[in-house]
Order: sequence, then structure tokens, then C-alpha cells
Amino acid sequence: MKMRTLATFLILAVVLTTVPAAAKDNTIRIGFNIPLTGEIPKVGEASKFAAEMLKREINGAGGLQVGDQRYPLEFIYEDNESKAESAVAVAQKLIDRNKVLAIIGPNSSKQAVPAGEICDINETPMISPWSTNPDTTRDRPWVFRAAFLDPFQGPVAVDFAMAQFGAKTAAVLYALANDYSKGLAEIFRDDFETKNGSGTVLAFESYGDKDQDFSAQLTRIIAAKPDFIFLPNNYNEVALAVKQAHDLGWKGPFMGSDAWGSAELMNLCGDDCKGHYFSTHYAAAGATGATREFIDRYRKTYGYVPDDVAALTWDAVRLVLAAIQNHGSLTGKVRNDRTAIRDALAGIPEFDGVTGKMRFNDQGDPIKCAVVVRISDTGEFVFTKSVCP
Amino acid sequence: MPTTRIPPRQRLTLPLLLAALLAGIMALAYFEVIDLYIQTIILFIGINIIISSSLNLVNGHMGEFSCGHAGFVAVGAYVSSVITVALFTSDRVFGPPLLPPQLAPLGFPLALLAGGAAAAVAGLLVALPSFRTRGDYLAIITIAANYIIITTVINIDTIGGARGFMGMKRVIFAMEEVAEIPWMVLWVFTFTILSLIAIRRFVSSTYGKGIIAIQQDEVAAEMMGVNTNRIKLVAFMLSSGLAGIAGGLYAHVIGYVNPKSFDILKSTEAMVMVYLGGMGSISGAVLSAILFTLLLEALRPLQIIKWIVIPLLLIILMQFRPEGIMGNRELTDIFPRLKKLHRFK
Repeated sequence: MKMRTLATFLILAVVLTTVPAAAKDNTIRIGFNIPLTGEIPKVGEASKFAAEMLKREINGAGGLQVGDQRYPLEFIYEDNESKAESAVAVAQKLIDRNKVLAIIGPNSSKQAVPAGEICDINETPMISPWSTNPDTTRDRPWVFRAAFLDPFQGPVAVDFAMAQFGAKTAAVLYALANDYSKGLAEIFRDDFETKNGSGTVLAFESYGDKDQDFSAQLTRIIAAKPDFIFLPNNYNEVALAVKQAHDLGWKGPFMGSDAWGSAELMNLCGDDCKGHYFSTHYAAAGATGATREFIDRYRKTYGYVPDDVAALTWDAVRLVLAAIQNHGSLTGKVRNDRTAIRDALAGIPEFDGVTGKMRFNDQGDPIKCAVVVRISDTGEFVFTKSVCP
Repeated sequence: MPTTRIPPRQRLTLPLLLAALLAGIMALAYFEVIDLYIQTIILFIGINIIISSSLNLVNGHMGEFSCGHAGFVAVGAYVSSVITVALFTSDRVFGPPLLPPQLAPLGFPLALLAGGAAAAVAGLLVALPSFRTRGDYLAIITIAANYIIITTVINIDTIGGARGFMGMKRVIFAMEEVAEIPWMVLWVFTFTILSLIAIRRFVSSTYGKGIIAIQQDEVAAEMMGVNTNRIKLVAFMLSSGLAGIAGGLYAHVIGYVNPKSFDILKSTEAMVMVYLGGMGSISGAVLSAILFTLLLEALRPLQIIKWIVIPLLLIILMQFRPEGIMGNRELTDIFPRLKKLHRFK
């Protein structure tokens, strides 16, 4: 073995990891802790694309106007590989090395919870665009999120189904290994039974990680004859479950959650998903004003309609920028500026984002409206109803 | 009893070097010469060293093919986390601390060992079937064991189920209340060294040589009087027990555990480290854990291209050096002069 080669490798690796990022003056540095590789690369890509679009717009105009000065933006994208330990390392790196003023991300809860701990201890503001686990922000003054929580989304689905389908009974099929799916399913069941009497959720079925065949569970569900089926699952599993339910003779409606809202859903599901409903963060079809403008520009630049992660990232970054502008000045001392941004974020009176108007409660969770969309015959997600807290 | 006295230079150099290294890192961390990011990387390196060298015991020294190592890491992570959180912090699930938090620095290593012991018991899941099967069939059993463990965790709501379990940072804070030093650096370093000593002493003992006999030829080993079942039992339990200790450290460094962090991908990472370092070489396992962790960190800016570069490096390595960085040799075999300072075997 050429030990010299090995030694060179090691030294190279050490040097690469320890060379600190060159600090530039007078820029606003924001870090992105996003999954560019790993299980959900599309989510990381959507976040990065939305952020790049915003950066180009603001830097094209000469930078962000803070007080009487313009600051160019510098966005640092770090890949967290969709792993918890990488999210921690990335958060630590962005805070210590890159001296960012705020961190956007991580998106999935299994990373946002530990990364939020790092940001909170190190007193750096963090906004997770997409995480729905209450632990991400609970008792952490430095951590915020842009998405509404499942304890809000569950009742939205219940109320909508009761009004729209006149439903008295329901059935649920959820993914046991997915904390999002399981949590939402339980919230839904509890809320539905409170409103309709116990035992009205006729079937509460689950499936395991990477299962492809749900016919056993669906057979039990269909035999129970519920008024509708609630599927709080990821879009790829939704496509399979809906198709299999139709094959088994199910003719009734489905109700879904925000995890349906991927551009991929219609490619996988096709005609089977048309005419069904899900609750989500924003409706691309039929949007107006700033939301419309955002969607059009995104589609023009990247060739597809932005999903909710892109929209939520866009809002999360703009929240940070709005907080900086509201504060009105930057000292150039990272610690002071981070404190100022955190305080300004917590005190934002009302923020008008592409996913709706919002402000933060004392836990750093947004108070905002959810929308229910219908999947139209052309496969678009059409706005049906807006539900506010 | 060795008949020849080992000269003090051979006896003392390595312990002194390690003590100096530990003191150095602790001092650098304490005076904030190295920031928390570098500390985190150092901690990950230590944890990965334990994971890779403990898997090496089974896959390298014993020549079995275990692909469910992350399952045992998970057992250790959860058991030690639940113990420390319940004992030393006030938690939503477990209520107020059962012991005064001042005891955390004493209780933490014991909790780690308890996590390791639990993981060793979980190792029976693999050890017992290994009496009758080996090779590909055992590999499938190890994958099954990994899934059994993860699915069990997902279905226990008390420890968070799929949501994960947290609160371990408060244990670290409790330790820092007692004394303001970088505790995790101390624990990770200590347990990494203890694990390596345990593995080395085991495989170089007369008893542990049975492991290498099994690797060479199990039937012949049995005929020569090696109690193969017993050796396998001990090896699997030691390997999974050390993995459990690594898991406990991992959980407390990150401050949060989630069953998905210990799936088959994590097991694959452990295997990559073993085969990169060379099967049956302890120093190889250590070197590859360091190299692997640093490479992952250093190549992070490449983003997606990283996953072309790293596998490509592995393919190139396997092409030109199929036995891994060290093969089955130790550092002292390659640099014989090191033997003057320390005897490795």
C-alpha cells in the first residue's frame, strides 16, 4: 500500500474540512440545511430552486434594502443527505464556520428536531419550512416553522369531510413507520369521534415501511362501508392505495393531507385520483396575486409547478428578510444580529406570504389558514375552500 | 505471565500518547480553539470507529456476513437514552428526575454500559441462528434482526414511536452544571479507546484466536477442539454490545433518536467502513472510520456529485486493492519500527 497516497488523502480531507469559509463583508448570509441527496432529493431541490429564484430577484435589484443601506444576499446550501446526524453537523457548520445569520431547513422532522436543538443552543434563528412535528419548535425560542401543524390540519379534514360528503363515518389507512402519517391519523380519528360519537371511525388500518400492497387493509375498510376514506400518506403510497381501492370496488370519496401535494402525484395516480380532495398549504391552480406570480415565475424558470415545499421555503426566506428589514439595521456582529432577527421574527405582526397570511404564536408555530383543494379532471389542484384557525 | 519483560517504552508510549491526545482535544475544546463544528466531527469519528471496529469483529475477524449492525446501535441508543432521561432530567413522559441531576457524570457511563448490555442481549437474535447457518443465510437473518428492532421501536409509543425520542441534551446540560468541561469529547474518546482495547485483547487472546479459526475453517476448528458455538455467541454479543455503546454516544451527541436513523442504510455505512479498512484489521477499521467520516464532511459541498465521487473512490479502491486499505494487517505490520514503541499483537 502506498501509505503516501493515504496520507495525502487524509491531509487533504482535514484541510478541506477545516478551511473556514472566507467571510465577505456587508452581505446577508443565510444557510440552507436541506436534503439535496438521500431519500427525498426533490424536496431539497424545490427548496434550493425557490431560494435561488428569490436571491436572483433581490440581488438583481442591488440587494436587500435595510434602513438606508443595500445588502447583497449570500445563500449557502448544505446537503444534509436526509440523515439526522448530517443535519446536526450541517447546522453546526453553518453556525460556526459560515457565520450565517439564520438557517432555513431542515425539511423533514427527523432532521428538524435535532437541528433545531443545535440552533436553539447556539442562539441562531432557524425556520423549518416543512416540518410538522411539534417537538421541532416546542420550548425553543430560536426555532420557527412555516407550515401549519397537524393538530390544526386534522380537524380541517374532519370538518371539510363532514360538510362536503355529509360524512357520519370514516375509515383511515396510514403508514405506521411514518411519524407524520401516524400522528395525523390519530388526530383525525380523535377529532372525528369527538364530533360524531365514538366508534364512527369504522376502520383504522396501518401498513409498514415500503409496503406496496394494501389490499388486505382496504378489503377490511371497504367491508366496513365508511362514508369516506382518509389517507394521510405520502403521494407515492396514495397513488397505490387509491388504485387498489378502486380495483376492490370502492366508489366513495377519498380525503387526503398535505403530503399529497406533490407534482408527482398525478403522474403516478392518473385518473384514479381525480375528483378527490386534500388539505394543503396553498393551491396552485386558481391562485391570484403574489402567489400566481410566484408560480408562474417558478414554472418558467424550472419547468414545473412549484409544490408546497418550494412555496413554504420561499415564505420562510422572506420571513427572515422581512424580520431583518423590520429591525431596520445590521451591526455586522453576528451574535447581535442573530438576536435582533430572532426578536423581529417573533414580533412580526402579519406576514403576507404565497401560502397565505401568517404570524407566529409564542411557540414559533405559524397561525395561518389551510386550503382544501380538489383534483380536477385535468389533474390540477383546484382551490375549493380555505379554513382558518 | 509473559516470561520476557516488556520494556517501558513499549508499555507506556501508546497510553501516554492517547492521554496526551485526549488532554489536547479537551483543552482545545475548552478554550474554544476548535469550534463546535470540529468537535462534532471528532465525536462522529469516535462513534464511527466503535461501529466499524465492532462490526469488523464479526465480518472481518470471524468472516461472517452481518448486515444489520445498525439495529444494535439503535438498541443501545434507545436504552441508554431512556435511562439517562428518566434518571436525570424532568421529562414529559417519565416525570421528574429519579436521581439528583448532579449524579449525571457518574450515571452517564453506567447508562451507556447498560445500553451496551441490552444491545448485547439483542445480539442473541443473530448469535443463536448463527449456530446452524452461515454465509448468505445468516446475512438475511441479520437484516431481519435489524428490521425487528426498528419495527419494535416504532410500535412503542412511550419512547416516541416513529416520532423519535429526545431530551438527551438536558442530560449533557446536567453534566455541565457539575463541571463546565466538554463532557461528550471525554466520553466518546474514553469509550472508543476502551472498545478498541476490548476488541484487541479479545482477538489476540488464546480464547479469541478461536474466532480466526472459525474464519479459516469452521469444521476444522470444531475438530481441533474450539467450541465454535460458544465463540460465536461471545463474538456476536461483544460486537453488538459495543455497537450499543456507540449508539448511546450517538444519541447523546445528537440529542435526538429516530428509528429511521438506524435502518439498513446505516448498516450499509458500517459495512462500507469495514470493507474499506480491510477485514480483520483493527487499525484498518479505525483508519477507514476516520477517512470515511472526513470524506463525507469534506465532499459535502459537491452535493449530488458527492454520491458519484465516493462510490467511485470505493470502486477504484476495490479494483486496485480488493482487500481494503490495510488488508488483514495492522499498522505495526506495515511499519515494523512502530513495534519498538508498541506491540500490537
